[in-house]
Amino acid sequence: MNLDFTEEQEMLRTSARDFLTTECPKTLVRELEESEKGYSPELWKKMAELGWMGLVIPDKYDGMGMQFMDLAVLLEEMGRNILPGPFFSTVVLGALPILSAGSEEQKKEILPKIAGGKAILTMALTEPSATYEASGVHTKAVARGNSFILNGTKLFVENAHIADYIICVTRTKDGASPEEGITLFLVDAKSPGIKCAVIPTIALDKQCEVVFENVSVPKKNMLGELDKGWPLVARTLEQATMAKCAEMIGGAQAALDMTVAYAKERVQYGRPIGAFQAIQFYLSDMWMKVTMSKNITYEAVWMVSEGLPCTEKVAIAKGWVNDAYKFVTERGVQVHGAIGTTRDHDMGLYYRRAWAADQTFGNTDFQREVVARQMGL
Amino acid sequence: MDFKLTPEQEALKKELDDFLREEMKNAPPGWEAGMEAMFSDEGWPFHRYMARRLSEKGWLVRPWPREYGGVDAPMIEQVIFSEVMGYHRAPGRDIFGIGMIGPTLLVAGNEEQKKEHLPPIARAERFWCQGWSEPNAGSDLASLTTRAVRDGDDYIINGQKTWTSGAHFADWSFILARTNPEEKRSRGISFFLVDMKSPGVTVRPLLGMNGTHLFNEVYYDDVRVPARNRVGEENEGWAITRATMNFERSSIETVGVVKRELEELAAFCKETKWNGKTLSQNPFVRHRLAQLAIEIDVGRALAYRTAWLQEKGGLLLSADAASAAKVYGTELAQRLAYTGYQIMGLYGQVKMGSKWAPLHGSYESSSQLCMGMNLAGGSSEVQRNMIAWFGLGLPRTI
Ligand SMILES: Cc1cc2nc3c(=O)[nH]c(=O)nc-3n(C[C@H](O)[C@H](O)[C@H](O)COP(=O)(O)OP(=O)(O)OC[C@H]3O[C@@H](n4cnc5c(N)ncnc54)[C@H](O)[C@@H]3O)c2cc1C
Repeated sequence: MNLDFTEEQEMLRTSARDFLTTECPKTLVRELEESEKGYSPELWKKMAELGWMGLVIPDKYDGMGMQFMDLAVLLEEMGRNILPGPFFSTVVLGALPILSAGSEEQKKEILPKIAGGKAILTMALTEPSATYEASGVHTKAVARGNSFILNGTKLFVENAHIADYIICVTRTKDGASPEEGITLFLVDAKSPGIKCAVIPTIALDKQCEVVFENVSVPKKNMLGELDKGWPLVARTLEQATMAKCAEMIGGAQAALDMTVAYAKERVQYGRPIGAFQAIQFYLSDMWMKVTMSKNITYEAVWMVSEGLPCTEKVAIAKGWVNDAYKFVTERGVQVHGAIGTTRDHDMGLYYRRAWAADQTFGNTDFQREVVARQMGL
Repeated sequence: MDFKLTPEQEALKKELDDFLREEMKNAPPGWEAGMEAMFSDEGWPFHRYMARRLSEKGWLVRPWPREYGGVDAPMIEQVIFSEVMGYHRAPGRDIFGIGMIGPTLLVAGNEEQKKEHLPPIARAERFWCQGWSEPNAGSDLASLTTRAVRDGDDYIINGQKTWTSGAHFADWSFILARTNPEEKRSRGISFFLVDMKSPGVTVRPLLGMNGTHLFNEVYYDDVRVPARNRVGEENEGWAITRATMNFERSSIETVGVVKRELEELAAFCKETKWNGKTLSQNPFVRHRLAQLAIEIDVGRALAYRTAWLQEKGGLLLSADAASAAKVYGTELAQRLAYTGYQIMGLYGQVKMGSKWAPLHGSYESSSQLCMGMNLAGGSSEVQRNMIAWFGLGLPRTI
């Protein structure tokens, strides 16, 4: 057993932290939240120069060939600093499934573009039924000649408005179970028939409604096998859930640090509020939840990284981290007093992200149901 | 990072698991985890029997140095060991002897004390109790008033201890007494080893709310203790208490216990039908059980991390993690007890022995006994203070 990060991982963490602190101050975060695109092309370019988008892409596709565990370190720092933009959707929801299931030709075409910061990707999975289960996929893809014709509405598709490629999860057959008959397509986002609108959300993080109306996709753009795409979605969801947890633990740690610092400096009744035991107990509980969130996240990330079966562990981690991040930011606002409730204070940035992340890839009710099934209940 | 156990560790785990599965068949009926069972009339002989068996296998004092019967086992192995022990609800490990005074003597005892006291613990012959708390010194232990006065080669001890777990069975006690009454609080306290058979020691039972006899009042009336039984220097016992409280406090054993209890509760819910439906089909029940499974696994991860930090950084540096593990473990056991009690509905209240008692009536008892664990060994509030002061550097106001 070894519960420490490697030296390289520690270096990656430090350099990411330094970079983000300088290049992505909270003023920029707020600007991007309000902007139409939701990301800064200049910053995106600098990130590509650092090799971030290619971190887990193999050398032969111009990447750095690192592991999912390393990516989690980077994501934790992004969550800590808050980095608006399409990194998550491009790398986690785009590059990872292509790495898992893409043909050589698809990999050659797209991965170097991702690594170079020249392509933005996303995955269109959820629909108006708003579930991450296969039963929620109704968007149809029907074969016609050398193409498939896609019809349907996807919701909560991150960054579709700026994407170059959308990996669309479709139903190609009604099978005996909802998991059968799912097929994924790499869709050129500029294809005729795609309509995209940003949905205003709590974290202002550019989730979109994407309507596919008779969108024609060449057969060679199928990602993975016909009708047998669900395991790829499931695998991607496990990776994405843990990637999200990594972001969340970074945010939770930042919210805790900010709150502890404030409790030491804010004086009422002639002493720092951190001297009051009520406040100390909130902070101890926040510390516990953050520490425990990190432990369980690293363990589940390690399992994903090693390719071990991890359905239950991932559900446990997300189920826990959801509640923990909300708890930490909620107490964080409380300890800050009125200032914590304002638009201008950073605490609210984390609070809103905690509430958004909670629902993404399954809230705690959803995760509990996964765990219950794994327990044989 | 690497969360895998080594093949040797896996083998140890399996061997211990097989051994305990067999040995626990000898447990008295309705056996439960915890000190209450160990310190009962039926439980005590079983506790001693298990201690002997573990000692024969060479497992009782694994973290100790070889010259005292151990194998210098690293903290991680100790955690594996305790997790499996907890899972089987196995008694046999005297937490006061093996968990506290042994390690304390290893650090702070002199050669003579080590030679006299460590071998009988390792051979499962001598059992200990902890005489620290007093009626007016609980969380604020340093305010204790039991007196020890030097008289030639002896000290004469007078005072009252309370909540002394297992004192009605223990052979020896380690106690704190004030040797310098001029000095208030932590200065002026010394650490003594007292034979419970010494004249002047009186043990009186204190019963828990469910009638169990776990702890006691212990009176010391002119008890003569040889000066060679003082550990460390006179008036410097307080520093030693710090060491005593800092050995392997990952609380993994609790995690092992609750994991087993959840398995049994889940199995009960799968097979019990009310109104034509199994309990596990009820979404509220499913989600309560799943939530506990989440909390248990997260608790396990915390315990392992705590042991890892203790192994690497030393015990004092990881005090915040140990406090977190303690408070989390006991509060988790409490949530499990309450959840089980609630799921049982009316049956939850039925005591062991009745044909109407589900799962041996374990939730009737655990829903009471769980409260004690939130207090014993430093209350949940005291642990949260520790985290705030030492983990987060917040101002200490007391
Ligand atoms: C089952 C059990 C077994 C025990 N076994 C032993 C044993 O073998 N040997 C032994 O010596 N002792 C033993 N104890 C005693 C135990 O160590 C004490 O109960 C514990 O230290 C608390 O002291 P107290 O009960 O006097 O409560 P008090 O210290 O009076 O506390 C009462 C309440 O006030 C809270 N409180 C106190 N101080 C603070 C503070 N600074 N900040 C916030 N809240 C505070 C406490 O958390 C608690 O909720 C045992 C106790 C139990 C329940």
